[in-house]
Amino acid sequence: MMNDMKQIKHHLTEPLLIGYAAGTLPEAFNLVVATHITMCDDCRAALAEYDAVGGEVMLDSDPVTIAEDALAATMAMIDGGFGTDKPAPVRARNSIFPGPLQDYVSGDVESLKWRKVGGGVSQLVLKTSDDASVRLLRIPAGTKVPDHGHRGTELTLVLQGAFTDEHERFGAGDVEVANEDMNHTPIAEAGMDCICLAATDAPLRFNGIVPRLAQRFIGI
Amino acid sequence: MFTETDTLENVDAAPSPTVYGGDDGRRTRTVGALKVTAEATAKRMAWVAQIHAVRDNQDRSAFAELFGYFAPRVKSFLMKSGASPDLAEECTQEVMATLWNKAHMFDPAKASVSTWIFTIARNRKIDLLRKQRRPEPEDLPWGPEESPDQADALGLAQETEQLGRALATLPDEQRKLIERAYFGELSHSEIAAETGLPLGTIKSRIRLALVRLRHAMK
Repeated sequence: MMNDMKQIKHHLTEPLLIGYAAGTLPEAFNLVVATHITMCDDCRAALAEYDAVGGEVMLDSDPVTIAEDALAATMAMIDGGFGTDKPAPVRARNSIFPGPLQDYVSGDVESLKWRKVGGGVSQLVLKTSDDASVRLLRIPAGTKVPDHGHRGTELTLVLQGAFTDEHERFGAGDVEVANEDMNHTPIAEAGMDCICLAATDAPLRFNGIVPRLAQRFIGI
Repeated sequence: MFTETDTLENVDAAPSPTVYGGDDGRRTRTVGALKVTAEATAKRMAWVAQIHAVRDNQDRSAFAELFGYFAPRVKSFLMKSGASPDLAEECTQEVMATLWNKAHMFDPAKASVSTWIFTIARNRKIDLLRKQRRPEPEDLPWGPEESPDQADALGLAQETEQLGRALATLPDEQRKLIERAYFGELSHSEIAAETGLPLGTIKSRIRLALVRLRHAMK
């Protein structure tokens, strides 16, 4: 993963970093953001700045009255052992799934229960809050994902392999941020299956009658 | 250690806006050009010392100082983010208790006190208000050679103060938009691609620390 870091060319956008810092994104997006930041020092440093903006916005909020006994109540909470640290989650090294993703996926690529979604592509939907959805996609080397547009925002983070969309290449650690104006046709590069983490806040809209029918059955 | 409290409160009462611009109302927006007073930085470093006093000596009076300053602002932030006064009160007390419990994890060279408390408040907000899990980036293995450095901590406090002042000098409309984004009144798709936030300094500082860390890990 260390080597990949230097090659990351496609980063998170400012609205996503602000949304993550502010805590206003859907859980599915938070997962993609946290996973990308684990792989990308540039975005990690950028997030520190957006967190700092949040701190200053908070400092600048007009102070409100707190309960008279608030301090005493808080001390009682502390003395009562509030929030004693949970043990850190156990994380596998050498997994293609960075830390935050391991909390949502158990097992490695081969042992996961992939479901075929047509065209050789398989997916695994991860469980998050239902204001958006996130899935792992496995696209065999050289395979084209059906042309699709978006009603909302779609984030696609490459974990392994690479895909090319129009003229841009997305390799491990790169994140593509697609909005509703965008039709795209990602093609997995030859050589290695491409595994992506993809989140969307609206159903994908495939163009063409067959993919659209398929979409009704596979729920993407 | 906290005898300077009186002076600090005076600083609070007089945020010295005169450095920002002339009487024609034009204000400079270059972060580097904003003067950060020694007092304002000293106040931020006093917060650092208070958290360390909590960490090292379970110092209740240092905690009370932090509580007195931050709890009313944390609660205000939570209410503006949509919490009822009762829920915001409960959440604020939990945020402050978390500060006590996690004081050993605070690193003033990586985040300033206001930033750190904000992230705790934000995480409690997601937990209590939105009832969601919060995926977090994997922590980096900051080694002993990367242990908090007083100069880094001071530099970060100064830069955070500069950032706060730069925010305060933004045109009203732009500042309100940023506040609304942080209070959750705007979705990410409603936030314009470029907010015009005057950023850069903290990012560079953290970036340098990361470069040093990656080098040390080789």
